[in-house]
Amino acid sequence: MLQDRYSLAFRLYPYQRSADQDAPTPVRHPVVVGGGGPIGLAMALDLGRQGIPVVVLDDHEGIGQGSRAICFSKRSLEIADRYGCGDAMLEKGVVWNVGKVFHDDRQVFEFNLLPEQGHKYPAFINLQQPYFERFLFEQIEAERARGAPIEIRGRNRIDAVEDKGNGVELTVMTPDGPYTLQADWLIACDGANSPIRGMLGLDFEGRVFQDSFLIADITMKSASFPTERWFWFEPWFKSGASTLLHKQPDDVWRVDFQIGWDIDRKEEMKPENIRRRLDAMLGADVEYDIVWSSIYTFQCRRMRKFHHDRVIFAGDSAHQVSPFGARGANSGMQDVDNLGWKLGLVIKGQAPGTLIDSYNEERIHGADENILNSTRATDFITPKSKTSHVFRNAVLDLAEDLPFARSLVNSGRLSVPCTYDGLSLNGPDQLKGGPARTRPGSACPDVPLEDGYLLNRLGDGFVFLTIDADAPESIEDDGMTARHVALTTMDDPSGALAERYLGTAKSAVYLIRPDQHVAARWDHFDDAALRKALRKARGKD
Amino acid sequence: MAKLVTSLNIVAPDDFYERLIRTHEGLSDDESAALNARLILILANHVGDAEVLNEALETARKAAR
Repeated sequence: MLQDRYSLAFRLYPYQRSADQDAPTPVRHPVVVGGGGPIGLAMALDLGRQGIPVVVLDDHEGIGQGSRAICFSKRSLEIADRYGCGDAMLEKGVVWNVGKVFHDDRQVFEFNLLPEQGHKYPAFINLQQPYFERFLFEQIEAERARGAPIEIRGRNRIDAVEDKGNGVELTVMTPDGPYTLQADWLIACDGANSPIRGMLGLDFEGRVFQDSFLIADITMKSASFPTERWFWFEPWFKSGASTLLHKQPDDVWRVDFQIGWDIDRKEEMKPENIRRRLDAMLGADVEYDIVWSSIYTFQCRRMRKFHHDRVIFAGDSAHQVSPFGARGANSGMQDVDNLGWKLGLVIKGQAPGTLIDSYNEERIHGADENILNSTRATDFITPKSKTSHVFRNAVLDLAEDLPFARSLVNSGRLSVPCTYDGLSLNGPDQLKGGPARTRPGSACPDVPLEDGYLLNRLGDGFVFLTIDADAPESIEDDGMTARHVALTTMDDPSGALAERYLGTAKSAVYLIRPDQHVAARWDHFDDAALRKALRKARGKD
Repeated sequence: MAKLVTSLNIVAPDDFYERLIRTHEGLSDDESAALNARLILILANHVGDAEVLNEALETARKAAR
């Protein structure tokens, strides 16, 4: 009745019989999270840190095997840092900056991400997904020890969901048989094939890409490569129509071959056939071990709505993209970041239920941006018509000598957080000369301060940040407190604070949301204007 | 407001046309298609203006008979 869908990398939450299974009437919880992957764990962590009881139901007893998502963005690390586990990820992860693009047997060009100085986290780290999940889990354990009400139930599979209007009723299968559970809110973090989405009969529409990719994770025994991202279009070694080579921790290399649509999966997965491709690429004399391999296909699609009454979808269950650009797990982390504080306020009665509609609005905006970027990268990497192929190769032919053509080469536009331009929660932009990158809707860029970093100072509540402007210590509005973080340009001798938050202005006041996105900004403190924006940012308008 | 120049803008148009055809001489159809693609990209970058480019794309597409 409960079957393993995959083997485990880490067994972390073995099945334990819960008192709920013996309750005479179904027990009701404020929040149930369906799925214990990275997004489900992060969701539980976000809510649990706010003191909101969360039960995570996962049909396995830990973290699945296989590297899967390997590229985590600055924004994901900043979110993890807000939860307390960003440093552990950075320490384990591989930081990389250089990428090389090849066509056939020649290097077309080389790029350097040239990370902007003065950020706590790099643009990207490579880290196997099981490690990412384990760091989140360890942080959950640490928060639990401090009293955070988070419970993870292994071998608890959601078999049925019934919408009760002001909540849901779940039928949950366990090794001891089924039981019934109720929840005020159900967060579906159950992945691209989301069983919950299926049970509710909800749509998931978009474009199917007719291509398969073969992943081989290998450890090198007799040779090595630099810590760089190498991408081949139509490689001379013919192991795939495109090939990616990228380093992971533990001296593991990710090799990703584009192998076409019409393939025999079973045949391609045979070790000797994987080795045939690898040998052609690496040379017959290079020795290596295959750590993990997998074949995947993908679609670019999303649900029409992420929020259905008391069921909310986050991560791959709500939207799916191609892997080019690292926009899968990274966008899921931004979903959690966006939903966590909103649901927290609604549950605590500090915001109207309609605030959740803004999750739908903002994250659909994010998903559409990700789908657009990842679709464009996919069309460039896997051209679907002869003409598209001719243009792609024309770009590659020109890129070696002509700088403009390099900008057209698209092997994945790497994930950056989206800006919620013009959306409902944004207040006014009344900072004349203020930088575009910190306009309302933007994720706050980090800044080095003498005693740490700006994002750590912002923390995770509503904050008004002043730079060379007077303001009271805090503001209370309708039962909600916004903290004041007071800075002067002297706090950052590097000048990044002024460059990123003042522009040509002399002073600034920013209202910043708990997810560290800018809600509104002015050139001076105005109590009435700030309160108005604070209400708007909570959906109270 | 149309920005695409559709009146004659090339000095010595017959010379240009001859050079265009001659540039393709000795190429296979595939090589010619590749050259055309490179040429379009180079010219498009030179034009730069999104409005002009969009108008050029639409005009070219509409002219198909």
